[in-house]
Amino acid sequence: MDISREEIIHIAKLANLKLTEAEIEKTLFNMKDILNFANTVNKVNTDNVYESIGATQNYNVFRKDEIKEFGDRDILLSNAPEQEDGMFKIPKVI
Amino acid sequence: MSREDYEIVMGLEVHAELSTKTKIFCSCPTEFGGEPNTHCCPICMAMPGTLPVLNEKVVEYAIKAGIATNCEIAKNSKNDRKNYFYPDLPKAYQISQYDMPLCERGYVEIETEEGKKKIRLTRIHIEEDAGKLNHDEYGRGSLVDLNRAGVPLIEIVSEPDLRSSKEVESYLRKLKSILEYIEVSDCKMQEGSLRADVNVSVRKKGATEYGTRTEMKNMNSFRSIVRAIEYEADRQIDVIENGGKIEQETLRWDDVSGRTFPMRDKEDAQDYRYFPDPDLLAIKMSDEYVEEIRRNLPELPESRKKRYIEEIGLPEYDANLLTASKYLSNLFEGASAICNNPKAVSNWIMTDITKELNERELEPDQIPFTAEQLGNLVVLIDKGTISSSIAKKVLVELFENPKDPMKIVEEKGWIQISDEGAIKEVVLKVLENNQQSVADYKAGKDKALGFLVGQAMKETKGKANPGMLNKMFLEELNK
Repeated sequence: MDISREEIIHIAKLANLKLTEAEIEKTLFNMKDILNFANTVNKVNTDNVYESIGATQNYNVFRKDEIKEFGDRDILLSNAPEQEDGMFKIPKVI
Repeated sequence: MSREDYEIVMGLEVHAELSTKTKIFCSCPTEFGGEPNTHCCPICMAMPGTLPVLNEKVVEYAIKAGIATNCEIAKNSKNDRKNYFYPDLPKAYQISQYDMPLCERGYVEIETEEGKKKIRLTRIHIEEDAGKLNHDEYGRGSLVDLNRAGVPLIEIVSEPDLRSSKEVESYLRKLKSILEYIEVSDCKMQEGSLRADVNVSVRKKGATEYGTRTEMKNMNSFRSIVRAIEYEADRQIDVIENGGKIEQETLRWDDVSGRTFPMRDKEDAQDYRYFPDPDLLAIKMSDEYVEEIRRNLPELPESRKKRYIEEIGLPEYDANLLTASKYLSNLFEGASAICNNPKAVSNWIMTDITKELNERELEPDQIPFTAEQLGNLVVLIDKGTISSSIAKKVLVELFENPKDPMKIVEEKGWIQISDEGAIKEVVLKVLENNQQSVADYKAGKDKALGFLVGQAMKETKGKANPGMLNKMFLEELNK
C-alpha cells in the first residue's frame, strides 16, 4: 500500500485543511511512513489469532434507556460566538 | 422509442426513528418538539472530552426490525464514523455502521398486480440523526437546534428490486406497517420519523446491466415519492432518448415546482472515510439473546392476515385491508373480543369506518373511539336494541363525540321499538294510509311489502325492529 501526492491533497480537502507546499511534502512523507509500518505489521502471520474489533477485548457496554435531562441550555450555549433564540448562530450555509 | 420501452429500477434507503425514550449515545429525551436545544447535553452537542455509550434498546429494536424483515442477525457488530462537514452534525462525523451492520440479507413481501413479490433487503444498521438548521428569515445566517442530534435511527437498505412507483409505495407501506406492529418506530412521516432516499435508474426493457442512478434524498410523503419517481424516470428517459448520458448525482425534489435539482458539487464525490469508532466497543449477539427477542416479537401482519382468513373466514381482500394498519387490526380484534361477531366488526371497519376516515381525512391511528366502544355498538345491533340504520348514526356520533354507544342511544332516544303492541299500532296505521300498496301486494306485487316496511320505518324514525315489522305486515296482509 502506498499513497500519492494527489491523495494527500484530496484528503486535505475533505478534511477542510489548507496545506502549504511544504506541508504537503511533509504530510506525504509522514503518511508513507505510517503506511510502511502498517505494511510491516501486515506481514505478521495471524492464522491462529482471534479477530478483534478495537483495541480492547471488552464488548457490549450498554446504557439503560432511562432519561436524564441535562437541563441547562445556557451553559451549553455559553461558548457559542453568537446565539439567537436559544440556538447557535452560524454563517449562512445554503 | 417511447417510455414503454424502458424499465425503471429502484432501491430505497429508509430511515426510521426508533421510539426509544432516550437518544442513541446519551440520556437526553427523544421527544419530538420542545424548545430549541433543551433536549441536549454535552455528549450530543459534541463537547470535547465527552464519550458516547450505546443505548441497549437501540440494539434490541434494530434486531426486532431485522427479525421481522427476515434478516440474518450478525453475531459481531460495531459502530463506525462517517466523516463529513455540515453544521447540523456537531461532531463533524455521524456514528453509523459500515461493514458490520446488525442485520443483513432480509426481505419483505409486497402485493403486486402479478401477485406476491419479494423485495430483498441488503442490510439494516443503526445510526444517529442530525440536528436541524433554521434559516434566518433575513438571510443573515442559520440557527442550529440540536434537539434531534443523536436520536436513534435504523437505516433499511433494499436491493434494486423495485420496478414502479406503485411498488415503491407498497413496499414503504409494508415497512411502515411492520415497524408499527413491532413497536420500534411510530413512523410519523409528517414529523420526519420515517423518510426515504430513493435511488432511480432506467434501462431498456430486456437489458441486463443497470443504468446510472440518481439519488433523491429525504422524501417524507407517499405522494411526493410517487411524483418524484415519475418525474425523475421521465427526465432520465428524455436525456437518453436525446443522446445524452445520466450523471450519477444526488438530487433534491422540490414539491412546489414538481422538479428535481442537483444537490451537491459532483467534484466532492462522496468519500466519507469510514473507520471504526474508537470510543465505542464491539457488539456481540448471542443466539440466546436473539432467540429471546424472536420469541417476544408481537404478531406480524402476515400472520394476523392468515388467522383472519383461516380462522374467522374473512375474504382475503378484507384481511389485507384490516391488517395494513396496526391500529385497524387492533380495533378489529378488540371489538370482536367484546361482541363475539368478528364478521360484523369487519364489515363496519371496511365500510362505514373507512368512509368516515376518508371523508374526515384521518389516518387509522387518529380514530377517536375505542375498540370497546365499537364492540358495544355491534352488541346493541345484535341484541336488537338498535337497527343498523340507527347504528350508522351512532357511528358518526362516535367520531364526533366518542362515548359508550348505549349512552348515545339513550340520550338521543334511538332505542329500537320491539314492543309488539307499539309495532302493531304502526303497522295498522301504515296499512290504513296506503291502500294502493295493499292492493298491489294482494295482486302479487311483492315489492309493495318493502315499501310498506319503509313507510313504517319512516313513521318510527328508523327505530322499529325491522324483523318484527316484516313479520307483522305479512300477518296482517295475509289475513
